[in-house]
Amino acid sequence: MFDLLWLIPALPFTAFGVLALFGSRLTRSAAAIAGTLPVAVSAIVAFIISAQFIAAPPVGHAYTQTLRTWVQVGGFNPAVSFLLDPLSIVMVLVITFVSFLILIYSTRFMAGDDGFARFFAYMNLFVGSMLVLVLAEDLLLLYLGWEGVGLCSYLLIGFWYREEENARSAFKAFLVTRIGDASFAVGLFLIFHSLGTLNIQEAMARASQQWVAGSALATAAAGLLLGGAVGKSAQLPLQTWLPDAMAGPTPVSALIHAATMVTAGVYLIARTHVFFELAPVMQHMVAIIGAATLLIAGTSAFVQRDIKRILAYSTMSQIGYMFLALGAGAWMAAMFHFMIHAFFKALLFLGAGVIIQALHEEHDIFSMGGLKEQLPVTFWTFLIGCASLSAVPFVTGGYYSKDLILLEVWNSPQGGSLLFIAGLAGALITSVYSFRLFFIVFFGEPNILVKKTSAPAMTVPLVILAVPAVIGGLVEMPGFFGAPHLFSRFVGNALPGFKALSPAPGTDLRLFVLSCMASLGGIFLAYLMFLRKPAFGKRLADSTPGRLAHRFFLAGWGFDRVYDVLIVEPFVRLSRMNKDDVLDHISRGIAWLVSFMHGLLGLTQSGSLRWYAMAIATGAVIFIGMVILL
Amino acid sequence: MNPAIPVEYGLVLAGLLFATGLAGVLARRDLIFMLLSLEIMLNASGLAFVVAGAHWGTADGQVMFIFILAVTAAEVAVGLALLLWFHHMHQGLDADKANEMRG
Repeated sequence: MFDLLWLIPALPFTAFGVLALFGSRLTRSAAAIAGTLPVAVSAIVAFIISAQFIAAPPVGHAYTQTLRTWVQVGGFNPAVSFLLDPLSIVMVLVITFVSFLILIYSTRFMAGDDGFARFFAYMNLFVGSMLVLVLAEDLLLLYLGWEGVGLCSYLLIGFWYREEENARSAFKAFLVTRIGDASFAVGLFLIFHSLGTLNIQEAMARASQQWVAGSALATAAAGLLLGGAVGKSAQLPLQTWLPDAMAGPTPVSALIHAATMVTAGVYLIARTHVFFELAPVMQHMVAIIGAATLLIAGTSAFVQRDIKRILAYSTMSQIGYMFLALGAGAWMAAMFHFMIHAFFKALLFLGAGVIIQALHEEHDIFSMGGLKEQLPVTFWTFLIGCASLSAVPFVTGGYYSKDLILLEVWNSPQGGSLLFIAGLAGALITSVYSFRLFFIVFFGEPNILVKKTSAPAMTVPLVILAVPAVIGGLVEMPGFFGAPHLFSRFVGNALPGFKALSPAPGTDLRLFVLSCMASLGGIFLAYLMFLRKPAFGKRLADSTPGRLAHRFFLAGWGFDRVYDVLIVEPFVRLSRMNKDDVLDHISRGIAWLVSFMHGLLGLTQSGSLRWYAMAIATGAVIFIGMVILL
Repeated sequence: MNPAIPVEYGLVLAGLLFATGLAGVLARRDLIFMLLSLEIMLNASGLAFVVAGAHWGTADGQVMFIFILAVTAAEVAVGLALLLWFHHMHQGLDADKANEMRG
């Protein structure tokens, strides 16, 4: 069954092809089927292959399927080959499952749109590229998928391209991630130049033999790969594009900017973990970036008004958690959190989409309210999503994954107490902002009345996603619950184990209590500030430090402004100065010179008889002179 | 043959005559005077041939001169015919009128 592996990315690409070529000629329902059926089949194939893999794993817990050799130049032989191992299985299952649900949702969400077929074409191209990214055995093929998802992100953010604002957001997303992609490409060059291969497993094996841990070469390679990951995953310093990327349709935000594309950086670091283990400085950098981003994003989410921006900053923050885990050496915890996060974040975004459409494109949460009775299914599923996000103890998947990260950060030799405190503070902030969102939107007096209720195509995916958001945690529960470590045992066959410091007895329990306090305390704070005594919150916000802090957080800690002043404005000014393209003057100068000489030569064609006679005489004199003298 | 006159004098004379003829061709506007100057050039080259023949003591130079005379006569005949045609076309014999370039 494993040789059907190539079908998993191939089917969405076929869907893209059909929709791109014939989309405008298909009826709505035909386009919907063409857009969703291939991904469904992909999901089924993925499920079957994974079941077979778990039941009877192949030798070395890895299966490779080589389709063809891509390039054969000298010693450079990248191949189009797919690697199936526990890490890629986790990614493939999550991607296909979540994509399928979001595509079903989109058939209803985008039903009134002219670009219906175009939307599904782009979405399928995205799913195909993402699957190529996670299944790639070769770094070059991974880069192909990487670029593909970047392209689709641009196309889909700017889907409603007639609004200039959307085009500008798409542009910004593409440019910022491009900086990361450039760093990634240079990293690939470095790795190939030093190791002679881009096959991931092969390169990692050679690196651990040839590179000295902590050397400049290893640090540079890991740092460049980190640059790429940071761009794609919207972490510091390349995080500014994600809040503006919410200009795209909500299913796009759910799929690309919550569940899958932005986690590509996390996957990259996990996949090339040997490079990071060989460069401890860079691995520590990963943790620091994660911790910093999660705090910055969390505080920014707390003051936003647009429902999708809150969720965007929330995504940034949760990916910060994944980076924190990767940096602390807790590879499996990061992948576990990725899996749970994909479910509840997609759930939250799809719920937000239901709300936005029900209230006629209203995005401001302060214009919403009292939706508890009007949108009951959305209310309950959104509650589950927020609870999972806030890591409410025991009953949600988010609790198990976030708690695992915090535990391992505390216990890791590369972690430490400072990072743990950052993570804990982040957990508190997460609870506060997510339940701020929940209380403001669903409780209180209704400001806008819902005109039409949602169709099953949109609410059923919500319910389906709520299930793993709750029970997903059961595959990996902490040791002191005496539960099976299914996830870590499975993924542990692909990623290295976690070398924990032996903690003092009872540490686990104390950490558990702390994280419970953080998440529940945050919910209680949000309850107090936004349901019970909103006046207190308003007084805090109207005070001078409150207002300054509010403005600071609202602007995402001012990064946009800093980048504008430091980078964008000088660049634009230089471009304006070079409007006539200085270097072009060289080639234009040549053309001008030729034209000038043409003018000169033209003077010799005067038409006058005596002029021509003179020309003949002069030529004869010169020629004879040359013959005599030389 | 008078050996007292060096051959260079004859050649220089021929050269001067040739230059005069050339100057006339270039400087004159009327076509008849151009033909006249051309004649002077031809005769100058003939003189050069004769002087060279006298220097070598053979009759070849004078034979060449007779050839040149014959050629000149034919050329004058053709030239005058062309002149008649030119006069017919341009109502005058101004060489500058033969300019058909526009600008």
